[in-house]
Amino acid sequence: MKQVNEDTGRYFGREVVRREDRNHLIGNGHFTDDLAPPDTLYVAILRSPHTHARIRSLDTKGARKLPGVVTVFAGEDLKERLNPLPPNWVLPGMSVPEHPALAYEKARFVGDGVAVVVAESRYIARDALDLIRVDYEPLPAVTDAETAAKPGAPVLHENAPNNVAFVFPSRGGNYVRAEKKADVRVRQRIVNQRMIPNALEPRSVLAEYDAGSDGLTIHSSTQGPHNIKHRISEVLRFPEHKLRVVAPDVGGGFGSKLHLYPEEVLCAFLARELGRSVKWTESRSEGFLATNHGRDHIQYVEVAAKADGKITGLKATVYANLGAYLSGMGPGVPSVNFAFMVSGTYKIPNIDVTVYGVYTNTPRVDTYRGAGRPEATHLVERAVDLVSQELGMDPAEVRRKNFIPKDAFPYRAPNSAFKYDSGDYEPNLDKALSMVGYAELRGRQRELRREGRYLGIGIASYTEFTGIGPGRELNMVGFQYGGWEYARVLVHPEGTVTVYSGSADHGQGHATSYAQIAADSLGLPIEDIRVVEDDTATVQFGNGTFNSRSMPVGGIAIKTCCDQIIAKAKQIAAHALDTREGDVTYSEGKFRITSEPGTLGTAARTALKTRRAVVGTAVRAVSGLDMPRAKTAGGAVSWVEVARLAHFVSDYPSGLEPGLDEQTFYQPKTLTFPFGTYVAVVEVDVKTGEISFEKFVAVDDCGPVINPLLATGQIHGGLAQGIGQALLEGAAYDEAGKPVTDSFWNYAMPRAGNLPSFETAHTVTPSPANPLGIKGVGEAGTIGAPPAMVNAVVDALSPFGVKHLDMPVTSEKVWRAIQESRTQEEQRNGGRR
Amino acid sequence: MIPNEFDYLVPTSVEEAVGLLQEHEDQARILAGGHGLIPRMKRCLEEPRVLIDVGRIPELHGIRRENGSVLIGATTTHAELEAADLHDTAPILPQAATVVADPLVRNRGTFGGSLADAESAADWPAVALALDAVVHAVGPERARAIPIRDFFLEPMVTALEPEELLTHVEISLPAGADGSEAGMRYEKFTHPASGYAVVGVAAVVVADSEGVCRECRIAVTGACARATRATATENLLVGEVLEAQTIARAAEQAAEGLELVGDHHASASYREHLVSVYTERALLASALSTIDQADSTSPQ
Repeated sequence: MKQVNEDTGRYFGREVVRREDRNHLIGNGHFTDDLAPPDTLYVAILRSPHTHARIRSLDTKGARKLPGVVTVFAGEDLKERLNPLPPNWVLPGMSVPEHPALAYEKARFVGDGVAVVVAESRYIARDALDLIRVDYEPLPAVTDAETAAKPGAPVLHENAPNNVAFVFPSRGGNYVRAEKKADVRVRQRIVNQRMIPNALEPRSVLAEYDAGSDGLTIHSSTQGPHNIKHRISEVLRFPEHKLRVVAPDVGGGFGSKLHLYPEEVLCAFLARELGRSVKWTESRSEGFLATNHGRDHIQYVEVAAKADGKITGLKATVYANLGAYLSGMGPGVPSVNFAFMVSGTYKIPNIDVTVYGVYTNTPRVDTYRGAGRPEATHLVERAVDLVSQELGMDPAEVRRKNFIPKDAFPYRAPNSAFKYDSGDYEPNLDKALSMVGYAELRGRQRELRREGRYLGIGIASYTEFTGIGPGRELNMVGFQYGGWEYARVLVHPEGTVTVYSGSADHGQGHATSYAQIAADSLGLPIEDIRVVEDDTATVQFGNGTFNSRSMPVGGIAIKTCCDQIIAKAKQIAAHALDTREGDVTYSEGKFRITSEPGTLGTAARTALKTRRAVVGTAVRAVSGLDMPRAKTAGGAVSWVEVARLAHFVSDYPSGLEPGLDEQTFYQPKTLTFPFGTYVAVVEVDVKTGEISFEKFVAVDDCGPVINPLLATGQIHGGLAQGIGQALLEGAAYDEAGKPVTDSFWNYAMPRAGNLPSFETAHTVTPSPANPLGIKGVGEAGTIGAPPAMVNAVVDALSPFGVKHLDMPVTSEKVWRAIQESRTQEEQRNGGRR
Repeated sequence: MIPNEFDYLVPTSVEEAVGLLQEHEDQARILAGGHGLIPRMKRCLEEPRVLIDVGRIPELHGIRRENGSVLIGATTTHAELEAADLHDTAPILPQAATVVADPLVRNRGTFGGSLADAESAADWPAVALALDAVVHAVGPERARAIPIRDFFLEPMVTALEPEELLTHVEISLPAGADGSEAGMRYEKFTHPASGYAVVGVAAVVVADSEGVCRECRIAVTGACARATRATATENLLVGEVLEAQTIARAAEQAAEGLELVGDHHASASYREHLVSVYTERALLASALSTIDQADSTSPQ
């Protein structure tokens, strides 16, 4: 092995290059679809072309006759054999409608699976779909949540009258009083549109059954293999100890690959049923229809404020679209994740939020990068700008005036069960304003307006919660996860280390960042650390990667476990050095005796040395053999020697269990709350409504940064998605409820050419919740960028009296807003004349 | 999605390709860059039985000059046009190539393929119309030249016979012998999803030394079902001095007679507005380049 580097320094804070990249760049990655055991069968799914329809009959005979087809199942065939797919976040008191793996009797959205074909090749499987005869009776359908919640709307599930799955109230203070005493009130309807996540790698599932061991192995492109294992066990009625779920390389997820899907259940079932390997890989077109969507809120917002800009109350009534069935965290995202975060970075004493979770004839809606916090942040950041505009105040100053003060942490909003751990918002805002040259920009904005050019400056402050846990608190709001993360640290006899984590990398770079944490904690060079995740057979426990929880929960689990390793290693070292454990220090590969032991320490050392001499003499007298001796030098013993001793026990404390292999279930104390300020500067061409970028500044605070390269990568990616939501993306349905956006030809993903060059920076406010002070950073960009962008465009258009634009802010919407304002102006002028 | 089964044939000469077209009749489609055809095949919007890949026919590829004309081989890629030295002759070709989709598409997609595909929002049909190009095709019996104004019949339908292969496109330079200069420009509002044009306007103007417009051809793509000349605006400009106000007034008529289309990114009425704005932009840039040329060639 490579010798322990005496001069490792600290890896924390260094721009360590991603260890994962080389493999991916040279094609050594292994994604689920790359795997194909011999004789694998292929699965294709027949999906409803109707938004809502009764299935009068479904005839699979023709498909069965096609040579190469192994079997065909309809929903009706499976309803008794499989349990429904369970959500794992059920709000207290709500009912759960049945979510079958394949629809029977009724199909509830375009893309709802109604039959499954298994064939010798994926081409035959696909051709067989055309031979299944389905007699559908189209039913009235509804795709938007507000309409679906109205009396008389088409109903999806019998146990959810009016399609309302839940009503989630979240109140604190007295909004009615605040509203009465307010100097100004603003109201706005805000649509946070439906997003289609579109991870680079489509979903894929490979299920293998071994009859000999009755073992079922499922490879799936998922963010949470352990959770999937547990849920498949429940749906299949198959014991968990015979199930193994592997998430090999996963090409992105953004929350859309976190939850149990019908296809995972179907492949697992079919493999066991047929005793063969079966595989399904989503086409991109299927992905648009059948992979979870995100966001989709209709929000009615009211804000009460004083003349000096102090916001005294916030009220929101929200219709959140859940889709046709409940996905894993479907109910939790628009309730808990959203409602507890509506006041953002502001101290607002009176809050009144009501969320209606509503079923519609659309794909399931669940976690999408940010999951509830983008919807909350956009709401409050738009609201603050509306107040600023109403009062004619600078939006930066209104933010400053309402910030939760630094000394108010830990802070709990009046309507929330969450406590913000730490924050220091003003210096962060100031840094962003100075980077963008705010004062000077406002001057330039005024000058340009005189030339008929329209510059817009949009600010968004955000805070959000990352590192989900602790479990018990979350269970009280219906979240059925343990909240902890699992780590195991295993030291090999030569001293190299394998770190196991129950989180599940799908592009984040855990093999790099976790290795940095472990290398520092163990005082070893990073080359000696290997990180293993994503397989329930090699990592026995885990909760998965979501909610930017891997570093603040998974990372601290690893650190805790490494500390356990060092504690045990010190016992071994102390024995080798003939001293007490408390007199040993460890750094950078060496255990040393503390230089100045006290009287007691010296006495102990003498006693231990004497004992070794006495025992040694006795053994030599009887056997003629020398007692084996640890390799020590100058009152020190190396990491490598301790690792050797731990396994070969030649010079080892009596009574101590051999081995250096520790595990931990780390339960975080609280959530962590990163924050930041984004400033977007755009110019709007008022002739066409086209928006061009001048600048985009992002100042984030996620506590101390483990790897600036990776953190900046997360920010850049998040900003791209956030700007995508602000300007380009959004699922659309026609009047019959058919999806209009079903491919990249009509769904506008952000591309490099749509984005500005980002200027990023950090402030550092450590979290008191964990020993490294770290907070998550994975979702910041998608949370802060949309309101910064919309605020910038609305700011540019303020001379036209424009107050709000819904996302995506397309050029046409901007142009229409200007046209409307000009028409009103003309009418006013005409009226005066 | 997965396309239906098809045969893949690779002829190495025009003659062989035409023979294959004849043999397979309407079952066959020509494959050039594939950037229109293959996405449609993946979604089963088109299900040809035979693909004839013309990518390995040397005579279909490259840019030549002949008797004052520029000949562009059918399989010349967008990227090759982008890099081509045509700035003294037809600068609109390299300029328009820079806004065709993205670099990946430009490296594979072809000029001839784009014209033969006749996608309603593609860029080259408008440019070719404004340049008054001539399309050359070879069939089993004969070779023929088709004026571009007779080429686009309907969306995705051209004047090519099923057994004809587009070989090259001829562009004759519009500058007159009387010292007049041609200016040209393609202006595009890119579709945020597809990369095609929401609105694309190509303009070619010829002005005499007095700045009077002698010739003017404007073509619009994206806003309508097929690339179309904006004749109302053209007629308003010929004989006029190319001044900003004149151009703006004429550009207001650019959408006249167009059958406008829309989608959820940009409605028909918005596109109608964009046609005028982009026509004005294309004309201003064209007029400016005639002045620039006049300036740089006039003796000081």
